[in-house]
Amino acid sequence: MSTPVQGAVGPATGQNSAATEPAAPTRRGTELLLLGFAAFVVSAALMLVEANQEQQLTLRIVWYGLAFLGLFAVAHVAVRKFAPYADPLILPCVALLNGLGLVMIYRIDLAMTEKALRAGREINNDVPKQILWTTVALALFLAVLIVIKDHRTLTKYSYTFGLVGLFLLALPAVLPSFIAPTINGAKIWLKVGPFSLQPGEFAKILLLVFFAAFLVSKRDLFMAAGRRVLGVDLPRARDLGPVVFAWAVSLGVLVFQKDLGTSLLFFGTILVMLYVATERAVWVVLGLTLFVGGAIIAYNLFTHVQQRVANWFDPLATYADAGGGYQIAQALFGLGTGGIGGTGLGAGRPELVPLANTDFIAAAIGEELGFIGLAALLLVYTVLALRGMRSALAVRDTFGKLLGGGLSFLLIMQVFVVVGGVTKLIPMTGITAPFLSYGGSSLLANYVLIALLLRISDAARRPQTGARPRPVPQAPIAEAHTVMVQRPQVERPE
Amino acid sequence: MQLTRAGFLALLWLFVLAALRVVRSDLYAASGLRVAVPGFRKSTAAKMRGKAPRQLVVTHGALAGTRITLDGRPIMMGRADDSTLVLDDDYASTRHARLSLRGTDWYVEDLGSTNGTYLDRAKVTQPLRVPLGVPIRIGKTVIELRS
Repeated sequence: MSTPVQGAVGPATGQNSAATEPAAPTRRGTELLLLGFAAFVVSAALMLVEANQEQQLTLRIVWYGLAFLGLFAVAHVAVRKFAPYADPLILPCVALLNGLGLVMIYRIDLAMTEKALRAGREINNDVPKQILWTTVALALFLAVLIVIKDHRTLTKYSYTFGLVGLFLLALPAVLPSFIAPTINGAKIWLKVGPFSLQPGEFAKILLLVFFAAFLVSKRDLFMAAGRRVLGVDLPRARDLGPVVFAWAVSLGVLVFQKDLGTSLLFFGTILVMLYVATERAVWVVLGLTLFVGGAIIAYNLFTHVQQRVANWFDPLATYADAGGGYQIAQALFGLGTGGIGGTGLGAGRPELVPLANTDFIAAAIGEELGFIGLAALLLVYTVLALRGMRSALAVRDTFGKLLGGGLSFLLIMQVFVVVGGVTKLIPMTGITAPFLSYGGSSLLANYVLIALLLRISDAARRPQTGARPRPVPQAPIAEAHTVMVQRPQVERPE
Repeated sequence: MQLTRAGFLALLWLFVLAALRVVRSDLYAASGLRVAVPGFRKSTAAKMRGKAPRQLVVTHGALAGTRITLDGRPIMMGRADDSTLVLDDDYASTRHARLSLRGTDWYVEDLGSTNGTYLDRAKVTQPLRVPLGVPIRIGKTVIELRS
């Protein structure tokens, strides 16, 4: 795989026979193996669900498993071609999470259909739509991987991305409610015909790209120290702009769209990026102060925030109220039923938890797979973020570092906010669990995120092909008499 | 029933362990990022002399902590996108400096930069041999060679 690179090195540098190391392995084989493993786990999960729900066990399951593997094999081939040195763990982890999510949604569909049949109603199943969304998301993943050959090209469009991101974020709040209806108390949806989209999901990534590029170009500004108070270097007042901007945007999202999750996610990610860019803890302290201030304001102004906090303190006290602790209490009952080992896939009653296939899917998984299974899934998320962070550390340009760090953090923060909410660690703020939950926009946006991470990890692990043999202006005298030999063209896929 | 339940959880954890195995094998593999193996740098000071430099480490600046394994090919530094080390630094030129191997020694040369390249305290005006552990300064970035 790497022979063209090695072949080019030998004659060009001549004297370093001992110093040449074998070129870095691409590890695509590992990726394929793990993808196969993930497909096997998903098929096993589907089989257990069918067995426990007393469906007919047929060869169908094998076909589903193979179709799933085929879908990700396409992604694998694309990665092999367009990002050959990308991290081998990211795609299999995503495949496992997405697959288990599909199985869980299917399982909840079965339960809901049964419930509806008993009540004599008809309901729409969610799993065909989610499979469709997965396919579309993988297509988008491929598109991003193919179009963006080098993540550094994104910096050229950073302000465009920032503007489009803001526009998308504000869109549902501004549009009239026949296009942007209020669903579950939040005005974050766009409804066009049968399709509904959450533009905010994409806005997050666009704004993140903008912020990474902005911080790289204005990095020195934030390093400049202002007055020194109590032994701490405070930043200058005019440099506070971006933090205040981020704070205002998140507060705006909270006020106009009543979406706690997105606003928390947005502010947290930008805070972390500022910290990564400047290595100054003072930004975190400042940000947290702003956050506490914003939280207090929000708490005093909005009843829905008060409601959420009351539900968080004691879900059972508000159990019977409208918009009360019913959801969280049911989720906790579900997790309690699951216990350490879970009830077994397909043997629990996850349909008793409201929104079991979106925001509360962690409760459904905790019920059927127990603590052991949920912990395994959380570890898979951790591995995913870990590999992203590692790529960010290893990549050789600052924009890549910031973008990679920000994207990985965005991913793991989503998991923290939603699982923390379901398990009553923090107030519940309705966002989806990446790749697991039912929801097209979230799936599409997270696949874009993964494509960008793969692109960065590819840049990080790709062996350096050295500088291109470009004539250097004013060659030093020591080299003036040597002839510039045309180096055999190094194959550069970019 | 109980068997399949436990079996599936075991399968899930096997996947996690397989993933962690890859993480582990990667820690020691020769990739762009080299992680210090315990016991690896016990007597770095003693080995400093008479050992060929094996990696370039950025010690200060925006890219601090970045390591590049030296494999004999020249290392270009500057703001240009195709540099080996891409410097986002207002004080760096597009093609700022080059590190190249001659015989067994690495030499640094300035490629006509605006703000200059410094080896320790001295401005680099001609190719200079870079000893191990001696800082090279380009704008706000400081790099050094390590074995």
